Amino acid sequence: MNYLLGAFKPACNISITFTDGKNRKQVPIKKDNGQTVMNPLFQSQETIAGKVCIEPYQGKKVEHNGVKVELLGQIEMYFDRGNFYDFTSLVRELDVPGEIYEKKAYPFEFSSVEMPYETYNGVNVRLRYVLKVTVTRGYAGSIVEYQDFVVRNYTPQPPMNNSIKMEVGIEDCLHIEFEYNKSKYHLKDVILGKIYFLLVRIKIKNMDLEIRRRESTGAGANTHVETETLAKFELMDGAPVRGESIPVRLFLTPYDLTPTHKNINNKFSVKYYLNLVLVDEEDRRYFKQQEITLYRLKEETS
Amino acid sequence: MRRLAGVEDEEKWLAEGIAGIQHNAFFMHRALDANNLREVLKYSALMLSELRTSKLSPQKYYDLYMRAFDQLRQLEIFFNDESRHGLPVVDLYELVQHAGNILPRMYLLCTVGSVYIKSKQAPSKDVLKDLVEMCRGVQHPIRGLFLRSYLAQVSRDKLPEIGSDYEGDANTVMDAVEFVLQNFTEMNKLWVRIQHQGPGTVREKQEKERNELRDLVGKNLHVLGQIEGVDLDMYKETVLPRVLEQVVNCKDELAQYYLMECIIQVFPDEYHLQTLETLLAACTQLMVEIFSQPTVDTKIVLTQLMDRLSNYAASSPDVLHEFLQVEAFAKLSNAIGKVIDTQIEMPIVGAMTLFVSLLTFTLRVHPDRLDYVDQVLGACVVKLSSVPKLEDARAMKQVVALLSAPLEKYNDIVTALTLSNYPRVMDHLDDGTNKVMAMLIIQSIMKNDSCISTADKVEVLFELIKGLIKDLDGTDTEELDEEDFQEEQNSVARLIHMLDNEEPEEMLKIICVVRKHLMTGGPRRLPFTVPPLIFSALRLVRQLESLGGDITGEEVPTNPRKIFQILNQTIEVLSSVPCPELALRLYLQCAEAASDCDLEPVAYEFFTQAFILYEEEIADSKAQVTAIHLIVGTLQRINVFGVENRDTLTHKATGYSARLLKKPDQCRAVYACSHLFWVDDLDGNKDGERVLLCLRRALRIANAAQQMANATRGSSGPVTLFVEILNKYIYFFEKGNPHITPSDVQSLIELINTEMQSDNGNTTIHSDPFFTSTLRYIRFQKQKGGLMGDKYDLIKL
Repeated sequence: MNYLLGAFKPACNISITFTDGKNRKQVPIKKDNGQTVMNPLFQSQETIAGKVCIEPYQGKKVEHNGVKVELLGQIEMYFDRGNFYDFTSLVRELDVPGEIYEKKAYPFEFSSVEMPYETYNGVNVRLRYVLKVTVTRGYAGSIVEYQDFVVRNYTPQPPMNNSIKMEVGIEDCLHIEFEYNKSKYHLKDVILGKIYFLLVRIKIKNMDLEIRRRESTGAGANTHVETETLAKFELMDGAPVRGESIPVRLFLTPYDLTPTHKNINNKFSVKYYLNLVLVDEEDRRYFKQQEITLYRLKEETS
Repeated sequence: MRRLAGVEDEEKWLAEGIAGIQHNAFFMHRALDANNLREVLKYSALMLSELRTSKLSPQKYYDLYMRAFDQLRQLEIFFNDESRHGLPVVDLYELVQHAGNILPRMYLLCTVGSVYIKSKQAPSKDVLKDLVEMCRGVQHPIRGLFLRSYLAQVSRDKLPEIGSDYEGDANTVMDAVEFVLQNFTEMNKLWVRIQHQGPGTVREKQEKERNELRDLVGKNLHVLGQIEGVDLDMYKETVLPRVLEQVVNCKDELAQYYLMECIIQVFPDEYHLQTLETLLAACTQLMVEIFSQPTVDTKIVLTQLMDRLSNYAASSPDVLHEFLQVEAFAKLSNAIGKVIDTQIEMPIVGAMTLFVSLLTFTLRVHPDRLDYVDQVLGACVVKLSSVPKLEDARAMKQVVALLSAPLEKYNDIVTALTLSNYPRVMDHLDDGTNKVMAMLIIQSIMKNDSCISTADKVEVLFELIKGLIKDLDGTDTEELDEEDFQEEQNSVARLIHMLDNEEPEEMLKIICVVRKHLMTGGPRRLPFTVPPLIFSALRLVRQLESLGGDITGEEVPTNPRKIFQILNQTIEVLSSVPCPELALRLYLQCAEAASDCDLEPVAYEFFTQAFILYEEEIADSKAQVTAIHLIVGTLQRINVFGVENRDTLTHKATGYSARLLKKPDQCRAVYACSHLFWVDDLDGNKDGERVLLCLRRALRIANAAQQMANATRGSSGPVTLFVEILNKYIYFFEKGNPHITPSDVQSLIELINTEMQSDNGNTTIHSDPFFTSTLRYIRFQKQKGGLMGDKYDLIKL
């Protein structure tokens, strides 16, 4: 049986390493099969350089029609699985057709790559960056190896960042005024605010603040919207009386958030909302949703 | 719904809650042992989630809370040790806030917060402020109260009070006060809110539950009272106004009442004294505001305040000047006046309670200001006059307390007698209470042995106790309990002996006053009250006598003759009762006293009265016997009478004696009369012949009695009468009555012997012990020899 197995095995082992792979920050990425793997982190305009190593298995040689490495930025819709839309595609030819008898390393470099979008793993859509090495072969089919990497782009502090302040209510039943200190939060930010009860005629059981993510994919009639609640944070327990003000302090760190994405390549958008929910004793829910913008702030220390 | 669930269900839920806590605590401890912060936080949050229940009553919830509390102590130790969890405390402070549920989050935050303060990595005031602010998220009354009480507890030793490690730099005692005040305010709001929840039907239960929770709220005030560095100024400027603001604004009677009580209890007395005005203003404000709900007991608050201040004043005399300085009395008096004026609805008992407290206060603080005391009583009179006749028993009790207070304080009724409003207050009591009060007054006098020594005071006193002295209008005498009545009258009798003055003149006045009052007492009282009066007067007579008799002359009103006139009239009144036996005794007493004063006609007059009574009023034969013996006894001792008067009286007496109904009584009375003729003094009247006559007559009667007994019963009975007469013979024989000869004695002894033999007929000698001992006496005297022995030798046995 051994020889049979050997027949289906790839003829060589391909590995892709980054130049500064040892020092580069690694971030976890969830794969399709649910496992989390660590991938190196890049940002736009960085030079992506490294080495591709091709090592034929013992006593084998690899005949090929050329070796190339591609840097791809892909968007994958889950309703259209397996079909990738490449919004970025760069190629470097590494070798002319020939034969490889022993381990051979090819350095490569994509300098100052424009990577406008962040890596994103959503419910219905995925945006990923990948290095793809192809050893083109005629009869036996090409040998392909992928190496994912993550792109995160940092945004400076927005110059304008107004607070969100609003009075809402149901006539003669409930009037509240809420205030969140900003409308734009970075991912390690903390939401501060206050809920002020102007009128309370219902028996409130508790009040939660939710962070909701709205992911819309496709366009026009095919638009697909998926909403997830990422955080459910109890702000208040029990029934307040008129005049009571309840503090809000929600740390964003523990939640798996991404920056707000607006119309990424006409394929999808990701928006975030703060949803203030009041639940009464009959479990009726009263809520008010406010969009917030999330952005990624360059971390000072790292 | 908790409200509808039974006790059993509650027990079940509590058990479940406890099990939940224990379960998660177990895992938490494992994580603690492994120093695994993440797991620790996870399981501690789960454990604390058990406190989110709404199903338990406060008491059961407290049980649950305490179990969680114990676990949190372990957690705090862990948080305290950075080497174990590896995070700076500031990060920890953020980390615990990631918890999704607010209640566990807040408990953890408070726990870490206390560690944070302890680490001094942040100013304690900032942390405290943050904690007390964040706790607002828990609006459920019971859960919120317990959470905040947890906060109060963990922060208690970390307040930046003076002398603590956390004070200094930017952290002042003011921050500590601010923190506690805020926590207090929020807790009070939560506490008050309980009453607004749930339907009215469970109101009572809610009230009960709230009562169980009140100490959680009050604890804050306690802490405030204990914070080092809260000086009078701060208390005056910040603490008290803020607390009072909360009290007044919460518009909840239970809370208002309890909190005022707390304020009064926890803060030092001198602060109260210095802020008296503010405090009283708040009290009156409360009174006015809750005008429609007279159930609230602001008066109790006032009462407590005054009691507290009274005790403070009593504790050390050094502070008294402070009271004067702030004019405490005037302020209190004003406040009470205001309260009573504005709250017309207030039951009279409430007003009285206030007055009692004010009076107690006055007596303690201004013992020398009788005018204050009188002022309080005056206010009380005004209030009492404005309402119809007092009927509330509790109010009555308060009035009694009010009136008793000065008695107890001064230990001297005399002081109380100078209070002009005192009797006016008493007028408002109903008859029964009036009597009780009168008894109290008398008891006070007795207890303190105080002597009332002027007629004016006696007048006032009797005015006070008039409930005992005479029947008040509308009293149904039938209803009175006989024993109580006697007790009361005995007290009055005792009281009369306490009225005393060395000055005969004043004493006479006193007696006249007393007499005037007692004469109104009616037939039921006179038998009790007249005798002490008589004896009191007789004492005066004897006093005058010892001063040398009638030295001041006839023109002076205080002379025995005059007194005897009064006495005569007084005893005469008894005839209306009627109570002849008593009157007779009193006449005899007077007669004897008159005799001692050498007032023959007076003594004679008294005897005459006594004899008239005997003849006209004393019909009962037993009473007659007693009366005769009394008359004889008295007459025998009196030596003032001239021969003629004496003869008349003795003749009468012997005459009465012989006319007694029963023979033995006759016999005894007659031989008693023999003493009338033989006064064993040096210059006494000694009429031996008439003595012998009396004795012979007695013998005759004894014989007749013997025979009568023989005839009616067939046996003559004992020879007692003879033996008694024999003894009289022997007495006079010894005294040297020449008419009593040894042979008389001898023949009498033989007579007795014969009698005894005939009596016992067939039987052998049955000796009479009296007789035997009499004979033994004779033998003894014979043997003794000497003068007496010689005399006795003549008697042959």
